[in-house]
Amino acid sequence: MEILVCVKRVPMVGGQIVVTADGQDVDTRMSGFAMSPHEECAVEEGIRLTERLGGGVSVLTLGPPAAAEQLREALALGAGRAVLLATDGREWGPIATAGAIGAEARRRADTGQGYDLLLLGNEAADTGDYQVGVRVAHALGWPVVTGIKGIETDGHTVRARREYRGQQELFEFGMPAVITVKEGINLPRYPSLPGRLRAKRAEIEQHEPQWQPEELRKQGLRVPEAERKRATVLGNGPDAVPALVGVLAELGVLP
Amino acid sequence: MTVLCLVELDGDAPADASLRALTFARALADGDELATVLFGVAGPGLAQALAGYGVASAYVTGPDLLAGYAPLAWARVLAGLAGQTGAGAVVAAGTDHGSEVMAHLGALTGLPMAANCVSAGRAGDGSWQLARQRWAGLLLEDAVLTAPLALLTVATDTVPPAPAASPAGLTVHAHEPELADGDLAVRATESAGQAGGTSLATARVVVGGGRGVGGPDGFAPLEELAALLGGVVGVSRVVTSEGWRPHSQQVGQTGTKITPELYLACGISGAIQHIAGCASAKHIIAVNSDPAAPILAHAEYAVIGDLHQVIPALVAAIRERIGAG
Repeated sequence: MEILVCVKRVPMVGGQIVVTADGQDVDTRMSGFAMSPHEECAVEEGIRLTERLGGGVSVLTLGPPAAAEQLREALALGAGRAVLLATDGREWGPIATAGAIGAEARRRADTGQGYDLLLLGNEAADTGDYQVGVRVAHALGWPVVTGIKGIETDGHTVRARREYRGQQELFEFGMPAVITVKEGINLPRYPSLPGRLRAKRAEIEQHEPQWQPEELRKQGLRVPEAERKRATVLGNGPDAVPALVGVLAELGVLP
Repeated sequence: MTVLCLVELDGDAPADASLRALTFARALADGDELATVLFGVAGPGLAQALAGYGVASAYVTGPDLLAGYAPLAWARVLAGLAGQTGAGAVVAAGTDHGSEVMAHLGALTGLPMAANCVSAGRAGDGSWQLARQRWAGLLLEDAVLTAPLALLTVATDTVPPAPAASPAGLTVHAHEPELADGDLAVRATESAGQAGGTSLATARVVVGGGRGVGGPDGFAPLEELAALLGGVVGVSRVVTSEGWRPHSQQVGQTGTKITPELYLACGISGAIQHIAGCASAKHIIAVNSDPAAPILAHAEYAVIGDLHQVIPALVAAIRERIGAG
Protein backbone atom coordinates (compact mmCIF):
# COMPACT_ATOMS: atom_id res chain seq x y z
CA MET A 1 0.00 0.00 0.00
CA GLU A 2 1.41 3.39 -0.99
CA ILE A 3 0.55 6.18 1.42
CA LEU A 4 1.19 9.91 1.12
CA VAL A 5 1.19 11.84 4.39
CA CYS A 6 0.91 15.63 4.10
CA VAL A 7 2.40 17.64 6.96
CA LYS A 8 2.74 21.32 7.76
CA ARG A 9 5.54 23.21 9.45
CA VAL A 10 4.09 25.46 12.15
CA PRO A 11 5.66 27.67 14.84
CA MET A 12 6.10 26.08 18.24
CA VAL A 13 4.40 28.51 20.58
CA GLY A 14 4.67 28.23 24.33
CA GLY A 15 3.35 30.68 26.91
CA GLN A 16 1.99 33.23 24.44
CA ILE A 17 1.61 34.07 20.75
CA VAL A 18 3.19 37.29 19.53
CA VAL A 19 2.29 38.89 16.21
CA THR A 20 4.97 40.61 14.10
CA ALA A 21 5.04 44.41 14.01
CA ASP A 22 3.37 44.50 10.58
CA GLY A 23 0.53 42.34 11.91
CA GLN A 24 0.93 39.77 9.14
CA ASP A 25 2.52 36.78 10.85
CA VAL A 26 3.27 35.04 14.09
CA ASP A 27 6.60 36.28 15.44
CA THR A 28 8.83 33.21 15.33
CA ARG A 29 12.13 34.84 16.26
CA MET A 30 11.94 33.24 19.71
CA SER A 31 10.33 29.94 18.76
CA GLY A 32 11.24 26.82 16.90
CA PHE A 33 9.07 25.00 14.43
CA ALA A 34 7.37 21.64 14.56
CA MET A 35 5.06 19.45 12.59
CA SER A 36 1.42 20.37 13.26
CA PRO A 37 0.23 17.94 16.01
CA HIS A 38 -2.50 16.05 14.14
CA GLU A 39 0.01 15.41 11.36
CA GLU A 40 2.56 13.82 13.70
CA CYS A 41 -0.15 11.24 14.26
CA ALA A 42 -0.85 10.99 10.52
CA VAL A 43 2.80 10.08 9.93
CA GLU A 44 2.68 7.46 12.70
CA GLU A 45 -0.56 6.02 11.34
CA GLY A 46 0.88 5.76 7.83
CA ILE A 47 3.96 3.96 9.13
CA ARG A 48 1.87 1.54 11.21
CA LEU A 49 -0.39 0.74 8.23
CA THR A 50 2.57 -0.07 5.96
CA GLU A 51 4.25 -2.09 8.72
CA ARG A 52 1.13 -4.26 8.76
CA LEU A 53 0.27 -4.33 5.07
CA GLY A 54 3.54 -3.65 3.27
CA GLY A 55 4.21 -0.76 0.91
CA GLY A 56 5.72 2.57 1.77
CA VAL A 57 5.09 6.02 3.18
CA SER A 58 5.92 9.19 1.32
CA VAL A 59 5.78 12.45 3.21
CA LEU A 60 5.01 15.81 1.64
CA THR A 61 5.04 19.38 2.81
CA LEU A 62 4.24 22.64 1.14
CA GLY A 63 6.31 25.36 2.69
CA PRO A 64 9.59 27.27 2.67
CA PRO A 65 12.83 25.34 2.06
CA ALA A 66 13.33 25.21 5.85
CA ALA A 67 10.30 22.89 6.03
CA ALA A 68 12.67 20.14 4.88
CA GLU A 69 13.35 19.85 8.64
CA GLN A 70 9.82 18.48 9.17
CA LEU A 71 10.24 16.09 6.23
CA ARG A 72 13.42 14.75 7.82
CA GLU A 73 11.56 14.26 11.12
CA ALA A 74 9.10 12.04 9.25
CA LEU A 75 11.90 10.23 7.41
CA ALA A 76 13.56 9.51 10.77
CA LEU A 77 10.35 7.89 11.96
CA GLY A 78 10.15 5.55 8.99
CA ALA A 79 8.83 7.39 5.93
CA GLY A 80 10.73 6.24 2.86
CA ARG A 81 10.45 9.20 0.55
CA ALA A 82 9.99 12.96 0.95
CA VAL A 83 8.58 15.64 -1.34
CA LEU A 84 9.02 19.36 -0.74
CA LEU A 85 6.64 21.69 -2.55
CA ALA A 86 8.85 24.71 -2.04
CA THR A 87 7.31 28.16 -1.59
CA ASP A 88 8.88 31.59 -1.41
CA GLY A 89 7.64 32.04 2.17
CA ARG A 90 4.27 33.53 1.25
CA GLU A 91 1.29 32.01 3.00
CA TRP A 92 -0.69 29.67 0.77
CA GLY A 93 -4.46 29.48 0.99
CA PRO A 94 -6.31 26.15 1.26
CA ILE A 95 -7.51 26.06 -2.36
CA ALA A 96 -4.05 26.51 -3.85
CA THR A 97 -2.53 24.14 -1.28
CA ALA A 98 -5.02 21.41 -2.14
CA GLY A 99 -4.37 21.99 -5.86
CA ALA A 100 -0.61 21.52 -5.39
CA ILE A 101 -1.09 18.34 -3.34
CA GLY A 102 -3.52 16.95 -5.91
CA ALA A 103 -0.99 17.68 -8.66
CA GLU A 104 1.69 15.70 -6.78
CA ALA A 105 -0.70 12.73 -6.40
CA ARG A 106 -1.43 12.78 -10.13
CA ARG A 107 2.27 13.14 -10.99
CA ARG A 108 2.97 10.04 -8.91
CA ALA A 109 0.10 8.12 -10.51
CA ASP A 110 1.58 8.93 -13.92
CA THR A 111 4.74 7.06 -12.93
CA GLY A 112 2.63 3.96 -12.28
CA GLN A 113 3.20 4.13 -8.51
CA GLY A 114 0.08 6.05 -7.50
CA TYR A 115 -0.96 6.43 -3.90
CA ASP A 116 -3.70 4.29 -2.34
CA LEU A 117 -4.23 6.55 0.62
CA LEU A 118 -3.59 10.20 1.47
CA LEU A 119 -3.38 11.10 5.15
CA LEU A 120 -3.54 14.68 6.44
CA GLY A 121 -4.18 16.34 9.78
CA ASN A 122 -7.77 17.38 10.47
CA GLU A 123 -6.69 21.01 10.55
CA ALA A 124 -3.40 22.86 10.69
CA ALA A 125 -2.54 24.23 14.14
CA ASP A 126 -1.83 27.71 12.79
CA THR A 127 -4.29 28.62 10.01
CA GLY A 128 -7.05 26.19 11.04
CA ASP A 129 -8.77 26.15 7.63
CA TYR A 130 -10.42 22.71 8.08
CA GLN A 131 -10.68 21.96 4.37
CA VAL A 132 -7.45 21.04 2.56
CA GLY A 133 -8.03 17.26 2.75
CA VAL A 134 -11.57 17.54 1.43
CA ARG A 135 -10.49 19.76 -1.45
CA VAL A 136 -7.68 17.36 -2.39
CA ALA A 137 -10.19 14.49 -2.45
CA HIS A 138 -12.49 16.43 -4.77
CA ALA A 139 -9.56 17.26 -7.07
CA LEU A 140 -8.77 13.52 -7.31
CA GLY A 141 -12.37 12.28 -7.30
CA TRP A 142 -11.69 10.16 -4.20
CA PRO A 143 -13.85 9.59 -1.11
CA VAL A 144 -12.82 11.50 2.00
CA VAL A 145 -13.62 11.60 5.68
CA THR A 146 -12.21 13.96 8.31
CA GLY A 147 -11.36 13.98 12.00
CA ILE A 148 -10.69 10.25 12.17
CA LYS A 149 -9.55 8.52 15.37
CA GLY A 150 -9.26 4.93 14.13
CA ILE A 151 -8.41 3.26 10.79
CA GLU A 152 -8.68 -0.40 9.82
CA THR A 153 -8.01 -1.60 6.32
CA ASP A 154 -7.30 -4.77 4.36
CA GLY A 155 -5.65 -2.73 1.62
CA HIS A 156 -8.83 -2.37 -0.42
CA THR A 157 -11.59 -1.16 1.89
CA VAL A 158 -11.17 1.30 4.75
CA ARG A 159 -13.13 1.36 7.98
CA ALA A 160 -12.63 4.69 9.68
CA ARG A 161 -14.18 5.80 12.93
CA ARG A 162 -14.50 8.89 15.05
CA GLU A 163 -16.56 10.09 17.94
CA TYR A 164 -19.09 12.83 17.47
CA ARG A 165 -21.11 14.21 20.39
CA GLY A 166 -20.71 11.01 22.38
CA GLN A 167 -21.62 8.69 19.48
CA GLN A 168 -19.25 6.47 17.54
CA GLU A 169 -19.47 7.11 13.80
CA LEU A 170 -18.18 4.46 11.45
CA PHE A 171 -17.43 5.02 7.75
CA GLU A 172 -16.61 2.32 5.25
CA PHE A 173 -15.40 3.02 1.73
CA GLY A 174 -13.02 1.86 -0.97
CA MET A 175 -9.52 3.08 -1.75
CA PRO A 176 -7.93 5.18 -3.08
CA ALA A 177 -9.16 7.64 -0.49
CA VAL A 178 -8.25 10.67 1.60
CA ILE A 179 -8.47 10.58 5.39
CA THR A 180 -7.73 13.40 7.81
CA VAL A 181 -6.88 12.33 11.33
CA LYS A 182 -6.88 13.84 14.79
CA GLU A 183 -4.35 13.58 17.56
CA GLY A 184 -5.20 10.60 19.77
CA ILE A 185 -5.54 8.13 16.89
CA ASN A 186 -2.19 6.78 18.11
CA LEU A 187 0.77 7.69 20.26
CA PRO A 188 3.62 8.61 17.87
CA ARG A 189 6.92 6.82 18.36
CA TYR A 190 10.25 8.51 18.92
CA PRO A 191 12.81 8.37 16.11
CA SER A 192 15.59 5.79 16.39
CA LEU A 193 19.24 6.71 15.97
CA PRO A 194 19.59 4.76 12.69
CA GLY A 195 16.39 6.49 11.57
CA ARG A 196 17.89 9.90 12.26
CA LEU A 197 21.06 9.06 10.37
CA ARG A 198 19.09 7.76 7.41
CA ALA A 199 16.94 10.89 7.42
CA LYS A 200 19.97 13.15 7.46
CA ARG A 201 21.31 11.60 4.26
CA ALA A 202 18.02 11.13 2.44
CA GLU A 203 17.34 12.97 -0.80
CA ILE A 204 14.31 15.22 -0.87
CA GLU A 205 12.40 15.51 -4.12
CA GLN A 206 11.55 19.14 -4.78
CA HIS A 207 8.97 20.95 -6.90
CA GLU A 208 8.07 24.60 -7.05
CA PRO A 209 4.35 25.07 -7.52
CA GLN A 210 2.99 28.46 -8.51
CA TRP A 211 1.46 30.60 -5.74
CA GLN A 212 -2.16 31.58 -6.44
CA PRO A 213 -4.10 34.42 -4.86
CA GLU A 214 -7.39 33.46 -3.17
CA GLU A 215 -10.69 35.25 -2.72
CA LEU A 216 -10.34 35.03 1.05
CA ARG A 217 -7.56 37.52 1.75
CA LYS A 218 -5.85 37.96 5.10
CA GLN A 219 -5.56 41.59 6.16
CA GLY A 220 -3.86 41.01 9.44
CA LEU A 221 -3.60 39.01 12.63
CA ARG A 222 -4.31 40.14 16.18
CA VAL A 223 -4.42 38.68 19.63
CA PRO A 224 -8.01 38.78 20.88
CA GLU A 225 -8.56 41.02 23.86
CA ALA A 226 -8.80 38.70 26.78
CA GLU A 227 -9.13 39.58 30.38
CA ARG A 228 -5.60 39.17 31.71
CA LYS A 229 -6.17 38.07 35.27
CA ARG A 230 -3.89 38.28 38.21
CA ALA A 231 -4.80 35.29 40.34
CA THR A 232 -5.59 35.93 43.98
CA VAL A 233 -3.18 33.69 45.86
CA LEU A 234 -5.10 31.84 48.55
CA GLY A 235 -1.95 30.65 50.30
CA ASN A 236 0.88 28.20 50.19
CA GLY A 237 0.62 24.42 50.35
CA PRO A 238 -1.97 22.58 52.45
CA ASP A 239 -2.35 25.65 54.71
CA ALA A 240 -4.34 27.22 51.89
CA VAL A 241 -6.97 24.47 51.93
CA PRO A 242 -9.51 26.18 54.27
CA ALA A 243 -9.46 29.28 52.03
CA LEU A 244 -9.77 27.06 48.95
CA VAL A 245 -12.76 25.24 50.43
CA GLY A 246 -14.31 28.65 51.13
CA VAL A 247 -13.92 29.66 47.47
CA LEU A 248 -15.35 26.36 46.23
CA ALA A 249 -18.35 26.82 48.51
CA GLU A 250 -18.84 30.35 47.18
CA LEU A 251 -18.74 29.06 43.61
CA GLY A 252 -21.41 26.51 44.52
CA VAL A 253 -19.47 23.46 43.42
CA LEU A 254 -19.22 21.68 46.76
CA PRO A 255 -21.53 18.71 47.39
CA MET B 1 -30.26 38.51 0.46
CA THR B 2 -31.21 35.17 1.99
CA VAL B 3 -28.82 33.59 4.48
CA LEU B 4 -28.94 29.80 4.60
CA CYS B 5 -27.91 28.09 7.83
CA LEU B 6 -27.26 24.38 8.34
CA VAL B 7 -28.88 23.27 11.59
CA GLU B 8 -27.66 20.13 13.32
CA LEU B 9 -30.06 18.35 15.62
CA ASP B 10 -29.56 17.16 19.15
CA GLY B 11 -32.50 14.78 19.54
CA ASP B 12 -35.43 16.89 18.35
CA ALA B 13 -33.89 20.27 19.25
CA PRO B 14 -31.27 22.36 17.46
CA ALA B 15 -27.76 21.60 18.75
CA ASP B 16 -26.25 24.35 20.90
CA ALA B 17 -23.55 25.09 18.31
CA SER B 18 -26.28 25.47 15.67
CA LEU B 19 -28.17 27.97 17.84
CA ARG B 20 -24.97 30.01 17.96
CA ALA B 21 -24.63 29.69 14.17
CA LEU B 22 -28.27 30.76 13.76
CA THR B 23 -27.64 33.83 15.94
CA PHE B 24 -24.64 34.68 13.75
CA ALA B 25 -26.57 34.02 10.52
CA ARG B 26 -29.51 36.19 11.63
CA ALA B 27 -27.17 39.14 12.20
CA LEU B 28 -25.70 38.51 8.75
CA ALA B 29 -29.16 38.45 7.12
CA ASP B 30 -29.76 41.83 8.73
CA GLY B 31 -33.54 41.74 8.33
CA ASP B 32 -33.60 39.68 5.13
CA GLU B 33 -34.69 36.07 5.08
CA LEU B 34 -33.04 33.58 7.41
CA ALA B 35 -33.55 30.04 6.07
CA THR B 36 -32.35 26.76 7.51
CA VAL B 37 -31.43 23.40 6.07
CA LEU B 38 -31.79 20.33 8.22
CA PHE B 39 -31.78 16.59 7.97
CA GLY B 40 -34.27 14.72 10.09
CA VAL B 41 -37.79 15.31 11.28
CA ALA B 42 -39.09 18.81 12.01
CA GLY B 43 -41.48 18.19 14.88
CA PRO B 44 -43.49 20.96 16.54
CA GLY B 45 -40.83 21.57 19.24
CA LEU B 46 -38.10 22.02 16.67
CA ALA B 47 -40.24 24.29 14.49
CA GLN B 48 -41.00 26.47 17.51
CA ALA B 49 -37.31 26.69 18.43
CA LEU B 50 -36.37 27.70 14.88
CA ALA B 51 -39.13 30.31 14.71
CA GLY B 52 -37.87 31.68 18.02
CA TYR B 53 -34.48 32.26 16.41
CA GLY B 54 -36.08 34.19 13.56
CA VAL B 55 -36.06 31.44 10.94
CA ALA B 56 -38.61 32.08 8.15
CA SER B 57 -38.06 28.93 6.07
CA ALA B 58 -36.86 25.48 7.01
CA TYR B 59 -35.89 23.06 4.23
CA VAL B 60 -36.18 19.60 5.72
CA THR B 61 -34.84 16.44 4.13
CA GLY B 62 -36.49 13.53 5.87
CA PRO B 63 -34.80 10.30 6.91
CA ASP B 64 -36.86 8.45 4.28
CA LEU B 65 -34.95 10.35 1.58
CA LEU B 66 -31.53 10.63 3.18
CA ALA B 67 -30.82 8.64 6.31
CA GLY B 68 -27.64 9.08 8.31
CA TYR B 69 -24.88 11.63 8.12
CA ALA B 70 -23.43 11.79 4.61
CA PRO B 71 -21.18 14.86 4.29
CA LEU B 72 -21.01 15.11 0.50
CA ALA B 73 -24.76 14.54 0.11
CA TRP B 74 -25.46 17.21 2.73
CA ALA B 75 -23.20 19.62 0.86
CA ARG B 76 -25.02 18.81 -2.39
CA VAL B 77 -28.33 19.69 -0.72
CA LEU B 78 -26.88 22.99 0.54
CA ALA B 79 -25.53 23.81 -2.93
CA GLY B 80 -28.93 23.14 -4.51
CA LEU B 81 -30.83 25.19 -1.96
CA ALA B 82 -28.32 28.06 -2.10
CA GLY B 83 -29.07 28.28 -5.81
CA GLN B 84 -32.83 27.86 -5.39
CA THR B 85 -33.13 30.56 -2.71
CA GLY B 86 -30.60 32.92 -4.29
CA ALA B 87 -28.70 32.90 -1.00
CA GLY B 88 -25.80 35.28 -0.47
CA ALA B 89 -24.25 33.26 2.33
CA VAL B 90 -24.29 29.73 3.71
CA VAL B 91 -23.46 29.35 7.39
CA ALA B 92 -22.82 26.30 9.59
CA ALA B 93 -21.47 25.72 13.07
CA GLY B 94 -17.74 25.03 13.23
CA THR B 95 -18.35 21.51 14.54
CA ASP B 96 -16.83 18.35 13.04
CA HIS B 97 -19.94 17.90 10.90
CA GLY B 98 -20.37 21.59 10.05
CA SER B 99 -16.73 22.04 9.05
CA GLU B 100 -16.72 18.86 6.98
CA VAL B 101 -19.93 19.66 5.09
CA MET B 102 -18.83 23.23 4.41
CA ALA B 103 -15.43 22.04 3.13
CA HIS B 104 -17.31 19.80 0.68
CA LEU B 105 -19.52 22.72 -0.31
CA GLY B 106 -16.40 24.82 -0.92
CA ALA B 107 -14.93 22.08 -3.09
CA LEU B 108 -18.21 21.50 -4.99
CA THR B 109 -18.63 25.19 -5.77
CA GLY B 110 -14.95 26.08 -6.11
CA LEU B 111 -15.52 28.88 -3.61
CA PRO B 112 -13.44 29.80 -0.57
CA MET B 113 -14.68 28.73 2.87
CA ALA B 114 -13.85 30.79 5.94
CA ALA B 115 -13.63 28.56 9.00
CA ASN B 116 -14.50 29.55 12.56
CA CYS B 117 -15.67 33.10 12.00
CA VAL B 118 -16.39 35.27 15.04
CA SER B 119 -17.83 38.21 13.08
CA ALA B 120 -18.83 39.01 9.52
CA GLY B 121 -20.56 41.81 7.70
CA ARG B 122 -21.11 43.04 4.20
CA ALA B 123 -18.98 45.94 2.98
CA GLY B 124 -20.35 48.59 0.60
CA ASP B 125 -18.76 46.98 -2.47
CA GLY B 126 -20.47 43.63 -1.84
CA SER B 127 -17.41 41.97 -0.34
CA TRP B 128 -17.43 40.54 3.17
CA GLN B 129 -15.36 41.81 6.03
CA LEU B 130 -14.81 39.07 8.55
CA ALA B 131 -12.79 37.96 11.54
CA ARG B 132 -11.98 34.32 12.04
CA GLN B 133 -10.10 32.22 14.56
CA ARG B 134 -6.63 30.89 14.01
CA TRP B 135 -4.70 28.82 16.53
CA ALA B 136 -8.03 27.59 17.97
CA GLY B 137 -8.97 31.15 18.89
CA LEU B 138 -5.64 32.30 20.34
CA LEU B 139 -5.32 34.60 17.31
CA LEU B 140 -7.88 36.37 15.16
CA GLU B 141 -7.44 36.96 11.44
CA ASP B 142 -9.15 39.95 9.86
CA ALA B 143 -9.94 39.07 6.27
CA VAL B 144 -11.81 40.20 3.18
CA LEU B 145 -13.88 37.69 1.25
CA THR B 146 -14.96 38.39 -2.30
CA ALA B 147 -17.19 35.65 -3.60
CA PRO B 148 -20.69 35.47 -5.08
CA LEU B 149 -21.65 33.16 -2.21
CA ALA B 150 -19.98 33.44 1.20
CA LEU B 151 -19.32 30.10 2.89
CA LEU B 152 -18.71 30.51 6.61
CA THR B 153 -18.47 28.33 9.67
CA VAL B 154 -19.03 29.92 13.06
CA ALA B 155 -16.70 29.41 16.03
CA THR B 156 -18.52 27.25 18.56
CA ASP B 157 -17.28 29.09 21.65
CA THR B 158 -17.65 32.76 20.82
CA VAL B 159 -21.08 33.91 19.66
CA PRO B 160 -23.59 33.31 22.48
CA PRO B 161 -26.93 31.84 21.38
CA ALA B 162 -29.67 34.49 21.44
CA PRO B 163 -33.28 34.10 20.24
CA ALA B 164 -34.74 36.77 17.92
CA ALA B 165 -36.44 39.81 19.45
CA SER B 166 -39.68 38.51 17.95
CA PRO B 167 -40.28 35.03 16.54
CA ALA B 168 -40.67 34.61 12.78
CA GLY B 169 -43.57 32.97 10.98
CA LEU B 170 -41.90 29.71 9.97
CA THR B 171 -42.71 27.80 6.79
CA VAL B 172 -41.47 24.20 6.68
CA HIS B 173 -40.63 22.87 3.21
CA ALA B 174 -40.19 19.13 2.69
CA HIS B 175 -37.10 18.98 0.50
CA GLU B 176 -36.34 16.27 -2.02
CA PRO B 177 -32.61 16.24 -2.65
CA GLU B 178 -31.11 15.68 -6.07
CA LEU B 179 -27.99 13.69 -5.46
CA ALA B 180 -25.18 12.77 -7.82
CA ASP B 181 -23.49 9.39 -8.17
CA GLY B 182 -21.10 8.78 -5.32
CA ASP B 183 -22.64 11.36 -2.98
CA LEU B 184 -23.49 8.57 -0.54
CA ALA B 185 -20.17 6.71 -0.86
CA VAL B 186 -19.21 8.05 2.55
CA ARG B 187 -22.01 7.75 5.05
CA ALA B 188 -21.85 7.26 8.81
CA THR B 189 -23.27 4.29 10.55
CA GLU B 190 -23.67 5.22 14.16
CA SER B 191 -23.16 2.98 17.09
CA ALA B 192 -24.21 4.03 20.56
CA GLY B 193 -21.53 5.80 22.55
CA GLN B 194 -20.40 4.61 25.92
CA ALA B 195 -23.38 5.21 28.13
CA GLY B 196 -23.08 6.84 31.52
CA GLY B 197 -20.33 8.99 32.91
CA THR B 198 -20.01 12.73 32.55
CA SER B 199 -18.27 13.87 29.40
CA LEU B 200 -15.35 16.25 29.51
CA ALA B 201 -16.98 18.69 27.10
CA THR B 202 -20.09 19.17 29.22
CA ALA B 203 -18.79 18.56 32.76
CA ARG B 204 -19.68 21.18 35.38
CA VAL B 205 -16.38 20.68 37.18
CA VAL B 206 -13.08 19.63 35.60
CA VAL B 207 -10.05 18.75 37.71
CA GLY B 208 -7.02 19.17 35.48
CA GLY B 209 -3.69 17.41 35.83
CA GLY B 210 -0.46 18.28 34.03
CA ARG B 211 3.22 17.43 34.07
CA GLY B 212 3.27 18.20 37.81
CA VAL B 213 1.27 15.04 38.47
CA GLY B 214 4.53 13.25 37.77
CA GLY B 215 3.37 10.01 36.19
CA PRO B 216 0.49 7.67 35.48
CA ASP B 217 0.19 6.71 39.15
CA GLY B 218 -0.29 10.23 40.44
CA PHE B 219 -3.88 10.77 39.31
CA ALA B 220 -5.75 8.98 42.10
CA PRO B 221 -6.21 12.08 44.31
CA LEU B 222 -7.42 14.09 41.29
CA GLU B 223 -9.90 11.33 40.41
CA GLU B 224 -11.11 11.27 43.98
CA LEU B 225 -11.57 15.05 44.06
CA ALA B 226 -13.36 15.04 40.69
CA ALA B 227 -15.74 12.31 41.91
CA LEU B 228 -16.46 14.28 45.11
CA LEU B 229 -17.32 17.39 43.08
CA GLY B 230 -19.38 15.49 40.52
CA GLY B 231 -16.82 16.31 37.83
CA VAL B 232 -14.24 14.62 35.65
CA VAL B 233 -10.47 14.67 35.23
CA GLY B 234 -8.94 16.49 32.27
CA VAL B 235 -5.26 16.57 31.40
CA SER B 236 -2.69 18.58 29.45
CA ARG B 237 -1.05 17.48 26.21
CA VAL B 238 2.18 16.36 27.84
CA VAL B 239 0.20 13.89 29.92
CA THR B 240 -1.34 12.24 26.86
CA SER B 241 1.80 12.36 24.74
CA GLU B 242 3.68 10.63 27.59
CA GLY B 243 0.94 8.00 27.55
CA TRP B 244 0.02 8.61 31.22
CA ARG B 245 -3.63 9.11 30.33
CA PRO B 246 -5.78 8.50 27.23
CA HIS B 247 -6.09 11.27 24.69
CA SER B 248 -9.86 11.44 25.30
CA GLN B 249 -9.05 13.28 28.54
CA GLN B 250 -6.94 15.98 26.90
CA VAL B 251 -8.05 19.60 27.31
CA GLY B 252 -6.67 21.93 24.66
CA GLN B 253 -6.30 22.87 21.01
CA THR B 254 -5.83 19.28 19.89
CA GLY B 255 -8.11 17.81 22.54
CA THR B 256 -11.42 18.93 23.98
CA LYS B 257 -12.61 22.49 24.55
CA ILE B 258 -14.26 22.61 27.96
CA THR B 259 -16.83 25.03 29.38
CA PRO B 260 -17.23 24.07 33.05
CA GLU B 261 -18.31 26.21 35.97
CA LEU B 262 -14.95 25.42 37.60
CA TYR B 263 -11.63 24.32 36.15
CA LEU B 264 -9.14 23.37 38.86
CA ALA B 265 -5.78 23.17 37.06
CA CYS B 266 -3.25 21.16 39.07
CA GLY B 267 0.40 21.06 38.08
CA ILE B 268 -0.38 22.61 34.69
CA SER B 269 1.98 25.36 33.57
CA GLY B 270 -0.51 26.80 31.08
CA ALA B 271 0.94 26.46 27.59
CA ILE B 272 -1.15 28.57 25.27
CA GLN B 273 -2.52 25.52 23.42
CA HIS B 274 -3.94 24.34 26.75
CA ILE B 275 -5.46 27.77 27.45
CA ALA B 276 -7.25 27.48 24.08
CA GLY B 277 -9.12 24.52 25.53
CA CYS B 278 -10.00 25.89 28.97
CA ALA B 279 -10.40 29.66 28.48
CA SER B 280 -14.20 29.27 28.33
CA ALA B 281 -14.33 27.89 31.89
CA LYS B 282 -16.32 30.26 34.08
CA HIS B 283 -13.81 30.08 36.94
CA ILE B 284 -10.23 28.83 36.89
CA ILE B 285 -8.27 27.97 40.03
CA ALA B 286 -4.63 26.93 39.70
CA VAL B 287 -2.65 24.74 42.05
CA ASN B 288 0.98 25.08 41.09
CA SER B 289 4.33 25.00 42.81
CA ASP B 290 5.62 27.74 40.50
CA PRO B 291 4.23 31.19 41.36
CA ALA B 292 5.38 32.41 37.92
CA ALA B 293 3.53 29.72 35.92
CA PRO B 294 1.64 31.24 32.92
CA ILE B 295 -1.60 29.57 34.09
CA LEU B 296 -1.79 32.15 36.88
CA ALA B 297 -2.45 34.88 34.30
CA HIS B 298 -5.65 33.05 33.37
CA ALA B 299 -6.76 31.97 36.84
CA GLU B 300 -8.91 33.80 39.34
CA TYR B 301 -7.42 32.06 42.36
CA ALA B 302 -4.24 30.15 42.97
CA VAL B 303 -2.71 27.95 45.61
CA ILE B 304 1.07 27.90 45.46
CA GLY B 305 2.25 24.46 46.43
CA ASP B 306 2.75 20.83 45.55
CA LEU B 307 -0.47 19.29 44.28
CA HIS B 308 0.49 16.00 45.93
CA GLN B 309 0.06 17.69 49.29
CA VAL B 310 -2.67 20.20 48.48
CA ILE B 311 -5.15 17.89 46.73
CA PRO B 312 -5.24 15.10 49.37
CA ALA B 313 -5.68 17.80 52.05
CA LEU B 314 -8.50 19.33 50.02
CA VAL B 315 -10.18 15.96 49.60
CA ALA B 316 -9.94 15.36 53.36
CA ALA B 317 -11.37 18.80 54.13
CA ILE B 318 -14.32 18.30 51.77
CA ARG B 319 -15.02 14.85 53.22
CA GLU B 320 -14.96 16.29 56.71
CA ARG B 321 -17.36 19.01 55.66
CA ILE B 322 -19.76 16.48 54.15
CA GLY B 323 -19.55 14.37 57.29
CA ALA B 324 -20.19 17.42 59.49
CA GLY B 325 -23.00 18.66 57.24
